Amino acid sequence: MGIKVAKTANEAFAEGMRQINPDVVAAYPITPATEIVQIFSQFVADGLVKTEFIQVESEHSAMSACIGASAAGARAMTGTSSQGLAFMWEMLYIASGLRLPIIMAVVNRALSSPINIHCDHSDTFGARDSGWIQIYSENVQETYDNLIQGVRIAEHPEVKLPCMIMTDGFILSHCLETLEMLTDQEVQEFIGVPPERENLIKSAIENKPITIGALDLQDYYFERKRQQAEGMKNALKIIPEIGKEFGDKFGRYYGFVEDYKLEDADIGIVVIGSTAGTAKEVVDNLRKKGVKAGLLKIRILRPLPVEDIKNSLKNLKVVGVMDRVEGMNAFCGPLYSEITACLYDLDKKPLLTNFVYGLGGRDVKIEDIETIFNELITVLEKGKKDFTLKYIGVRE
Amino acid sequence: MPNIKELAKRESRFVSGHRLCAGCGAGIVMRQVLLAIDKPVIASCATGCVEVASTIFPYSSWKIPWIHSAFENSAATISGIEAAYKVFKREGKINKEIVFVGFGGDGGTYDIGFQALSGAAERGHNVLYVCYNNQAYMNTGIQRSGASPKFSHTTTSPVGKVIPGKVQWQKNLVDIMVAHGIPYAATAIPGRWNDLVNKVEKAVKIEGFKFIDILSPCRLGWPHESELTMEISRLAVETCIWPLYEVVEGKYKLSYKPKEKKPVAEWFKLQGRFKHLLLPENSNLLEEIQKEVDRRWEELLKKCES
Ligand SMILES: Cc1ncc(C[n+]2csc(CCOP(=O)(O)OP(=O)(O)O)c2C)c(N)n1
Ligand code: SF4
Ligand SMILES: [Mg+2]
Repeated sequence: MGIKVAKTANEAFAEGMRQINPDVVAAYPITPATEIVQIFSQFVADGLVKTEFIQVESEHSAMSACIGASAAGARAMTGTSSQGLAFMWEMLYIASGLRLPIIMAVVNRALSSPINIHCDHSDTFGARDSGWIQIYSENVQETYDNLIQGVRIAEHPEVKLPCMIMTDGFILSHCLETLEMLTDQEVQEFIGVPPERENLIKSAIENKPITIGALDLQDYYFERKRQQAEGMKNALKIIPEIGKEFGDKFGRYYGFVEDYKLEDADIGIVVIGSTAGTAKEVVDNLRKKGVKAGLLKIRILRPLPVEDIKNSLKNLKVVGVMDRVEGMNAFCGPLYSEITACLYDLDKKPLLTNFVYGLGGRDVKIEDIETIFNELITVLEKGKKDFTLKYIGVRE
Repeated sequence: MPNIKELAKRESRFVSGHRLCAGCGAGIVMRQVLLAIDKPVIASCATGCVEVASTIFPYSSWKIPWIHSAFENSAATISGIEAAYKVFKREGKINKEIVFVGFGGDGGTYDIGFQALSGAAERGHNVLYVCYNNQAYMNTGIQRSGASPKFSHTTTSPVGKVIPGKVQWQKNLVDIMVAHGIPYAATAIPGRWNDLVNKVEKAVKIEGFKFIDILSPCRLGWPHESELTMEISRLAVETCIWPLYEVVEGKYKLSYKPKEKKPVAEWFKLQGRFKHLLLPENSNLLEEIQKEVDRRWEELLKKCES
């Protein structure tokens, strides 16, 4: 059975990595993710893991080494944040294009410039079309649980895609919370032995040469990408299966999204990450006042769980999508675009509004969420919206 | 070392069917390097002529497990593969010996891939890194690299009315790799296959990071007659433009001393990229190169003596 401990999300990531006991970890430090590799280094130094730990000279090389290791048949992991993730950009697409189930712990942090070390989601939203599975976490417990499930999802033979697991920089990465850890044995049993894949080392041993990363021109590239897209589609089936198996075994169930008091709601917000915690409190307060408010938390952004999002929001009258990213398109944030696309086919759809908040770690207070709900109430009362995007908590 | 008959009997692991230009030095280099290793090999290869021409799906010229992932990361990719091997071996999952080779062109090695190369060397992975050095970015159409010779014409350092080609000297990457404290570094050419095979054979027996810089004539970019590939590589040695040497544990050793040092113009004569250096009005440029080649040669001889 699980053991209750107090851990930060960084510690939870590191402990989860220890329990997963990957063959190869290649990583490079960056605030606020540095601790993950520091703690993990100590595990290596103390002989607690079998892992070959490569202290690379950059994130580009971290992902490149993970690609090499994974192509050689290893379970490979890394961790990063912000600029580090941006620096890996080229290799993210190659990891997924080569169908390598690499696991990456990402601590969300704003992108330069201006340089900033605090939380927003611009780093991983920049990578949302890179072919990686994306799992976001609300708290330390989810960070840990998502990491463990991520291994199974990525390695599933019908998926075979890399997976990044997100936690909010500082807000979660450095915040002590109660964590119910699984035992090492439970983790090992849950993740199991990685399913066999064609790989370089096997090829060398069996003397059956394989070429990985060949040049596909007009005649094959498209088919390759189509197959990759199928892997992402298959993940739509596999993720809830694994979430259920995890729940059946350990009591915490996971789907694509979490509906919070949405059943009879008139108004609701869509949110990702730790802000969901704060927002749930606001929803509770509003409910006490008789306002039919609710919340949709997106756990999985890739693959995009269209049906779940549709089902959760279809009966609402007004929805506010919260983007912890500025879309820089002179229109809306990226999550708003995604949600709008999900709802477009509905005959009767809610009025949609967008709120960009919390950039560069700007504190998100109860009052900020209340402001958003007040906006939604106004739209509800008017029966129409006179804005698409509002900024929350910024001096203008 | 195996004699040429024995080598000829070995199975070639870089095979024909690739689309390298007729007379391309790089294909010969690949074949010679792999022939010299009589163990299972896993190789990574940087983006460039060799990768593009040898793995046009669904074909491959590689009869070894081989991976290409990007341009600047061959050394990092092979690091990850070697790390996976280490852990599998430690765990008793495999016991077979495997040799790890990273390939890269001069662009993928001297320039954009230099950071990954330096990192891998510093970490001391048990890897042989081979640069097939055709002295420019050939795959993208002959642009200058940090390995392009001074005054050579490339498409981004063209010879013009006021600038006579590339204005800088190439960096001395072998010295830079030696400064990493790696146990083995060397230069080679395809035209002296016995020396090349010897060096590869020696290198793979040494534990740690090894580096071999192999001059690889490019008939399209230099350009030269396609039947002159081997000769041109030998002439680079005979003119002391590309001396053959090795550095074992920091100790320099000349591999070959030309009986009679030929003037650099002999080498330039056969290649279009140096055409302008042979014009009477550019004799000062030619002289400058000759002087510096002489100086570097003397310097190398001193290093080898001490
Ligand atoms: C990051 C990146 N930048 C640029 C390129 C374009 N590119 C592909 S191959 C190449 C030049 C390769 O030169 P070199 O390494 O010398 O190999 P060669 O083609 O000469 O064999 C360039 C610039 C690329 N593929 N990736
Ligand atoms: S351009 Fe040069 S290096 Fe490339 S294939 Fe042709 S001869 Fe070989
Ligand atoms: Mg080149």
